[in-house]
Amino acid sequence: MEKKGTPLLRKPGVQTLIASLLCIVLGLFIGYIALLIINPAGAGEAILAIVKNFWTYSKQATQIKNLGNTLVKTAPLLMCSLSVLFAYKVGLFNIGAAGQYVAGAGASIYCAVALGWGWLPCMLMAVVSGAVIGAISGALKAYRNVNEVISCIMLNWITLYLVNTLLSAVKEPTSNYTYAITKHLVTVDGVVTTEANPGAVLPSLGLENLFSNNKYVGLAIPLAIVLAIAVWVLLNKTRLGYELRATGLNKNAAKYCGMRDRQNIVLTMAISGGLAGIGASMLYLTSIQQWSVTQSSVPGMGFNGIAAAFLGGLNPIGAIFSSFFIQHITDGGSYLDMRVYSAEISDFISSLIIYLCGFVLFFKTTLNRRLDKREEKKIQADHSKGGQAS
Amino acid sequence: MGSEYAIEMLGITKRFPGIIANDNITLQLRKGEIHALLGENGAGKSTLMSVLFGLYQPEEGTIKKDGQVVKINDPNDANALGIGMVHQHFKLVECFTVLDNIILGVEPTSKLGLLKKDEARKRVVELSERYGLQVDPDAKISDITVGMQQRTEILKMLYRDNEILIFDEPTAVLTPQEIDELMQIMRNLRDEGKSILFISHKLAEIMAVADRCSVLRKGKYIGTVNTADVTMEDLSAMMVGRNVNFHVEKTASHPGDVILHVENMTVASRAHHNNAVKNVSFDVHAGEIVCIAGIDGNGQTELVYGITGLEPLVSGKLVLEGKDITKAPIRDRNTSGMSHIPEDRHKHGLVLDFTLEDDIVLQRYFEKDFNKAGFLRRSNIRSYSEQLIDQYDIRSGQGPVTKARSMSGGNQQKAIIAREIDKDPSLLVAVQPTRGLDVGAIEYIHKQIVAQRDAGKGVLLVSLEMDEVLDVSDRILVMYEGEIVGELDPKKTTPEEMGLYMAGAKRDTKPAGKEG
Repeated sequence: MEKKGTPLLRKPGVQTLIASLLCIVLGLFIGYIALLIINPAGAGEAILAIVKNFWTYSKQATQIKNLGNTLVKTAPLLMCSLSVLFAYKVGLFNIGAAGQYVAGAGASIYCAVALGWGWLPCMLMAVVSGAVIGAISGALKAYRNVNEVISCIMLNWITLYLVNTLLSAVKEPTSNYTYAITKHLVTVDGVVTTEANPGAVLPSLGLENLFSNNKYVGLAIPLAIVLAIAVWVLLNKTRLGYELRATGLNKNAAKYCGMRDRQNIVLTMAISGGLAGIGASMLYLTSIQQWSVTQSSVPGMGFNGIAAAFLGGLNPIGAIFSSFFIQHITDGGSYLDMRVYSAEISDFISSLIIYLCGFVLFFKTTLNRRLDKREEKKIQADHSKGGQAS
Repeated sequence: MGSEYAIEMLGITKRFPGIIANDNITLQLRKGEIHALLGENGAGKSTLMSVLFGLYQPEEGTIKKDGQVVKINDPNDANALGIGMVHQHFKLVECFTVLDNIILGVEPTSKLGLLKKDEARKRVVELSERYGLQVDPDAKISDITVGMQQRTEILKMLYRDNEILIFDEPTAVLTPQEIDELMQIMRNLRDEGKSILFISHKLAEIMAVADRCSVLRKGKYIGTVNTADVTMEDLSAMMVGRNVNFHVEKTASHPGDVILHVENMTVASRAHHNNAVKNVSFDVHAGEIVCIAGIDGNGQTELVYGITGLEPLVSGKLVLEGKDITKAPIRDRNTSGMSHIPEDRHKHGLVLDFTLEDDIVLQRYFEKDFNKAGFLRRSNIRSYSEQLIDQYDIRSGQGPVTKARSMSGGNQQKAIIAREIDKDPSLLVAVQPTRGLDVGAIEYIHKQIVAQRDAGKGVLLVSLEMDEVLDVSDRILVMYEGEIVGELDPKKTTPEEMGLYMAGAKRDTKPAGKEG
């Protein structure tokens, strides 16, 4: 075996890329077939609309503005996928990213509207609350051997209704939605009024101008990319990452060499939860969206994070691209012709593609098996040529 | 029925990517003979048996039963041809009785689907009398000895009318007395016309019981010999390809100060409610190899867990070089001079999906040399691991970046030994360090252990191999049911005497293991 001799197709990075692209194509194809079955007339156009997303607009300025919207939502998705993949590398399946994300959303909105804080403390509170929710699952796993998937799922719901309850205190009197984060609720002489709190919005860093004055574009996007790189460095270059990977790959060996395996599990889930929590603040502190206190389903962002993590080959850098792609497809669904297809169809198509993204690993193993077979044949061929070579 | 052979595997070739596991191998089992299959680990024995049971399809070669070519696509085909196997690790349902286990899968039933156990019992009793296989049909598997469990496995094959019986390393778990009994059973079976394939790498047993022996080496067929015509040395040379020194060369030991002091140690069991280790006391001195002998499952594992910190003590006291480590965390013990070569290298010893270099620093990654401000110092890790790979001759595909999983068992073990010895410990705890390794690797590891002793370290060796215990140790402590029942001098004792202690038939009257 030569070090340099790894064939291109054998390189893990190349394999992930091929497998991911294959999943995407297959997802789009199955989506297309589903559309054909529902209504053959508009299927081709519809699938194109999903892929094109913002390119459906003719004006470049509008295109860029809408690209900005996708990017704004990519940042939280990326954080959720980092949350999932970080835990996964340590051998834990954090299906609770969704709940930790909800906790982060609750904390950032409450701190902005009820307490009138600036964006940085709001964001920090989001990290802390996500981390706390994650740490609960981690502690249950480490000290009571409760399966983290079960405790995460239950905590998702507990967190959702807790946050709904908490945010009911800051909801607009006329709707089910919370006040915009730019408003601070104050009670003067028993009367509730609002004060302006522009400091709660994430700074734009001038990025706003690059995206046709899309005021939602700002700090979140570069910060998310920086954090993705930080997660990669943490996992691969640091002592903590070494310990966490060892614990994840073989917790018995980790214990044997004196690592504190239980604390590491709690720490992992806390970091993982913190990542999901900061993700929520990256969305809600742009004021692009308000929270509906009557929602009875956990936002999909955390679950989509699972798909993004796998589509990105469980690599933090890969997750940057896969998160963007998944958000692109999800947003693209809204460009479907609603006269031909019902509104839910966009979610259906994007979920199909996301579902197919889960097959990255499957395609990778299939590819490897193919390569093995080919090699085996080659060996046999060499063998049958006769053993003249010494 | 015209053939002299019960089963023939002719010119079997099985390739896996990168290696040829079986290269044109021929194995001919005569009717009514005991035929040994000898080879080191990785020689291709398991692959060949998997081919026979239809788990792999060979690229080349044919299998013949009674002279007729047969195609074996899965284990059911093999069963239908009357081929049965006693696996190294028994396949028994612990909470079922012996009888239930024997009839499992081929239960005789009435038309209504009710079990006809009386009929089955009659046959089992008949078979056990005919072949001298003593079992209690109504005892639960969890309550009977390993020897009886093995006899249950043999009865399973006989109950199914198997004609070709394969024994995969059957003696690994038995006491010397039980081994003798098994040998007799195998001879009885042969005399009753069964054909036996006996897989082993223990030469003495092969010489004792087998009529012929086929030898594999590195996937190749070396030859078949009549055991009456050859010596153990001949067989060993065929298996390894060179002459191997069976006896460990070592001088007399000169015990120094107490390194490890164990006092009234009791450790709970994970498997049952009793304590696995009961009130055990002993010392390990500098410059001596103390060996814990005993049959598997008599508390050795838990004893080591207690000493190394993997399990907390129920009661008792541990002192390492004058320092009380009874409650010390594992990391503290590891950095205070204890090294531990674990029993299960896959479970504890290695992170299999780590690279070799990452596994080599598993006990040292936290030291200054290997990390700075929380960041790993990769270049130091690389140069350190390259040094150990060189020094301990650890062979792997891609050097420091090889995945540990892809390395051979012997080289995985070498990596662990390199890591643990290079820590320069004062106490080396080595648990079954040669388990599953071939003769060459065993020789190497024994040399390393003796070298540690000669360098003035205390060595606590736990072994299930009688030869290893007698050859390597300076002092033997025999464990039986969680207690140390005897202290023996390897120069004076015999395997038979040790066997009596190991089986609980004999014990020292005074509390064993404690001197002075």
